[in-house]
Formats: sequence, structure tokens, C-alpha cells
Amino acid sequence: MTDLHAKVAAANDADRGALLARIADEVRICILHTIDGPKMGHIGGDFSVADVLTTLFFGVLKLDPTDPRWAERDRFILSKGHCSAALYSVLAMRGFFPVADLKTFMAPLSALNGHPNRRKIPGVEANTGPLGHGLPIGLGCAIAARLAGSDRRTFVVLGDGELQEGSNWEAAMAAGHRGLSNLTAIVDRNRLQQGARTEDTNRLEPLADKWRSFGWEVHEVDGHDHARLYALLSARGGSQPRCLVARTIKGKGVSFIEDRVEWHHKVPSAEQVQLALKELAVR
Amino acid sequence: MNEMSPTPNTTTFDCRVAFAETMIEMARVDPRIVAVCNDSVGSSNLNAFQKEFPDRLINVGIAEQNMVGVAAGLANGGFVPFVSCASPFLTGRALEQIKADVAYNNYHIVLCGQSPGMSYGELGPTHHSIEDFAWMRALTDLTILVPADPQQTRDALRWSATANRPIFMRIGRFKVPAVTPESEAFTVGRASVLREGTDVTLIACGTMVSRALQAADQLAAKGVSARVLNMTTIQPLDEAAVIAAATETGRIVTVEEAIIHGGLGSAVAECVVQNAPVPMRILGVPHLAPTGSNAFLLDHFGLNAEGIANAALALVA
Repeated sequence: MTDLHAKVAAANDADRGALLARIADEVRICILHTIDGPKMGHIGGDFSVADVLTTLFFGVLKLDPTDPRWAERDRFILSKGHCSAALYSVLAMRGFFPVADLKTFMAPLSALNGHPNRRKIPGVEANTGPLGHGLPIGLGCAIAARLAGSDRRTFVVLGDGELQEGSNWEAAMAAGHRGLSNLTAIVDRNRLQQGARTEDTNRLEPLADKWRSFGWEVHEVDGHDHARLYALLSARGGSQPRCLVARTIKGKGVSFIEDRVEWHHKVPSAEQVQLALKELAVR
Repeated sequence: MNEMSPTPNTTTFDCRVAFAETMIEMARVDPRIVAVCNDSVGSSNLNAFQKEFPDRLINVGIAEQNMVGVAAGLANGGFVPFVSCASPFLTGRALEQIKADVAYNNYHIVLCGQSPGMSYGELGPTHHSIEDFAWMRALTDLTILVPADPQQTRDALRWSATANRPIFMRIGRFKVPAVTPESEAFTVGRASVLREGTDVTLIACGTMVSRALQAADQLAAKGVSARVLNMTTIQPLDEAAVIAAATETGRIVTVEEAIIHGGLGSAVAECVVQNAPVPMRILGVPHLAPTGSNAFLLDHFGLNAEGIANAALALVA
């Protein structure tokens, strides 16, 4: 399973998107099994961001799973830390720890608690969970790379609802001011937060304009289009930090979960798990 | 009075100058050291640091949550950030970042709370940093240091640069007398016995240490022998020194420029009550402080030699 990354690297541009799409479906199956153990998790956000995470971990990020703290690795921070099942799944499938360990998700004393723990899980750069923390830390990572004269990059995945936390904009302002082209923020724009639609709670639009006004190069993109994601995330920017507003569907991949607010942290029944697995296998 | 006593004379020294000089000295030899601040280059005494190391002074602007998060990212990249900011806003405004990004991540970050306690007395309770001990003590992975004079400030900074762990330290705003014997080695987690005594122990930190020594002089004049401990490390607490004080002197007075809920006195009391229960008095700030100069407020709350001596006398009587 760990050579999937090599296959993506070897693929030509025409095939790469389809290959990443197949891996993303395996990631979703992995997430489903992971959540099915403790009957806890955040499947809606896990599924909306699965394609972005797959593209990063199997296509873009410069990493060495056998040396998780390699100094020159690219940094990845999942600011929406509640989607830990998705992060754990890609980390395990990418070889950072055994896939079998996913069975301990949220079990008593497990390293795999409901939110990522840097101290216990190789590949996790920062403990996240309280929202609005990831971008400031990512900003620090990007400044550190500059100071060190390194060309390593930093990627931060943010939830869209999370952008209601003001600390994100403190970091956005500073990153724009500093012209940190080695920093990329990806907003998982699924338009749903825990309790309602983002636009009914605290309107975010015009979201791309907000980032632009803070000095970022912004791309609005289909967050489930692997070829496009790969092209944008692989390319290096000019003189600005870069933001991808990734239009996604919460619960993407399973028809009865997609775009429904109640699936923020609802867990599928045994019957629903079978239905979901069938849909994911058929795709 | 014991002529050998280290009772301070009237000469005072500036911990902020010690901070500024030591930061530069350390940065010259350790390229990992960076300073992170919030529009506080001047008030943090980092102007000279910025001049010599312009790239290594990261001013994030008026954004304390971002400031602490940035420090976490810098630590992730192998740098040792010294975050410098007025203590009330560092500890209060960025409390969750200190918990999640610094302590829980176990990053080597040194949080330097400038102008702590009631340094900004006239500016009112929003600018008083009297809750910082309680907030930081709740984060058990943080080492909490309270240097009492410039020598300890320098020593605490130098230790922090190599400690490889999260640290919070108070940097005092006002000049203080030297209380530390020059020959004394700085040992984290170890209280300094500044004076031996048998009737009562005065345990103080930071700005209160010289006042505790003055109180001990007053007590000596009345025939009361007071031990004086400088508890530079509030966390982890020197429990052995506290238990020895309880068992050997039978009474303890703590004194701190902080709210009495959850600070030095609470830490000492937790140790005493579980190991060697003895009568105690906890001196500090009992509630939100009114407005007034720092000197006025310390007197107002009895945080002076007379107040400390009277608390000790009440226990001894």
C-alpha cells in the first residue's frame, strides 16, 4: 500500500488524476472502517476533505515516513483537527504507522484520540482541535523555512466554518504582509458547519475576495478534482502566500451523507456502513 | 541582626536591561534563538536585538493568538522562540494557544511575560497581570520561573535557551535590589535559602523577595527568627524545601504579586496540607485591584515589609 505514492509520482498527467481518485476512494473506505470501530468521528468533514488530503499525501508533499521528523520535510497541518480519521487514514496508508492501528481509533489510552496528537503520532506536526490554531502555526513554519534558507513548503487545511475564528485573519494578515509564497492554505469549502450552513450562521462570502484583500493569491477550485488540485498544489507561487478555496461537498462519496448538516458527527449504522461501502466500491 | 545577612541595600537594578542584554548575548552564539513579539519591540526592550538580528525579530503586530501560534511553527522548524509580550495579554489572550500549541505540543518555547503583576498599576485591572500564575500553573507541562533580580533573570534566560521544554517566565518592570548571592548557581526547581531561621518561613518570589528579607529584619528586631526562601521556580515546586520549612519552622507565610487564588501560595499550601500541615498565611492580591501606582497598590494590599512581618507575627503569637 505504501507504494501508491510512487505510482502517482510515476504517472503521466493524463493518468494521475484517475489514480488519485481511486486512492481517495480507498481513503474513504479506510475512514469508514476507522469511525465504525468506536462509533464516533466526523464523517462529513472527513469525506469532504479526503480528496485534498489524498492529493497532498500521495502526490504533493515531500515526506519520508521512515523519518517523520526529517528537517527538510514539507509541513502539513490539519487545522480542522476534528477530521482526524481522515488524517490518520492517509498517514497510515502512506506508511507513517500500521493501518491496523486505525482499529484503536478513540479507544481507551490509544494514541489515536479524536484529535491529532503530535506527541504520539508520527506525521502530525501540531496538535489541533480547537479551531483557528493551524494557520498561525503554519505561518510560523513558513517563517522558519525562510530563516533556515530552506525551500520546504507548508500546507494548512482549514475548515470553512473555522474561518469564523479571528485568529485565522491575524495569521492571514501577517502572511500576506510577509509575502510568504512558501505557505499554502486550503479551505475545505463545504458550506456546512456543525449546526447549520455557514452562510446562515456567519456569512463568509465573498470568501475568495477576503483572502485576496489580505494579500494572498487565490484559486477557487473543485475540491474533488484531483488533477486540478495536484496541478495547483504542486506549482510554486510567486511572491504571495497562496489560498485554494476548495469547493467541496460535505460527506462527498456517499449519497445519503452528502450535504446534510446532521452528518457532521453522526455515525452510520451497520446497515448504512454496508450501503456506503457499496457506493464507494462501485464508483 | 545578622551582619552576614544578604539583606539588600538601596541600590536597585533593572531586570529588563538584563533581559535585553542576555537575549543578544544568547543570539550571538545560538542561531536557533529568535524573538517573537506583538508590536512590543520597544516595551519588550528588543530594539537592540532587532538592530543586530533584524530577521530574527518577528513582530506579528497586535495579534497575541497568532504570536503564540507562530512561535509554535518556529519551534517546529528547530528554532527556539522567546515570545515577549505584556504578561496579561500573553497569558490571558493567548491562553488556549499556550495550552494547545505550546504545552500540549511540548515545544521548546520560552514565554516571557513582561511587566507582570501590577506593574501597570494606573492602567487598571485589564492591564494587571495577577492571574498569570494561576493560568500557567494549570498547564502542568509548563515550567514557571520568576526571577527576583537581574542575576536570576540572566540565569533563567540562559537555562531556558537549552531546556528543550515549554517555559513561562516573568520579566519584572521595576528596578529591584540584588538578592541573589553572586556565587549561587541557578538551579531550576530549587528554592534559594536566602536566610536561615527557626520560627517561621517566608516564601516569596519575584518582586516580593527583597521585601521578605526586609520583613525578616523587622522580625529579627522583635526576636523572631524567620527563614527566607526565594521560590524562583513556581512549577515544578521545590517540595522538599517547603516540607523542610513546615517541619523545621512550623509556620509559613507566602508572598507574591499575584492573585492569591492558584498562585505561589496555593502551590505551597497544596504541598503543605498533604505533607506537613502547619499554619499558613497567603499574602498577595485578594481580588481585582483598584487603580494606583505599583508602589501604592503593593502598600494597599500589605505587600511590604510591615505587612509581611505582621502576618508572620500573627502566626507566631
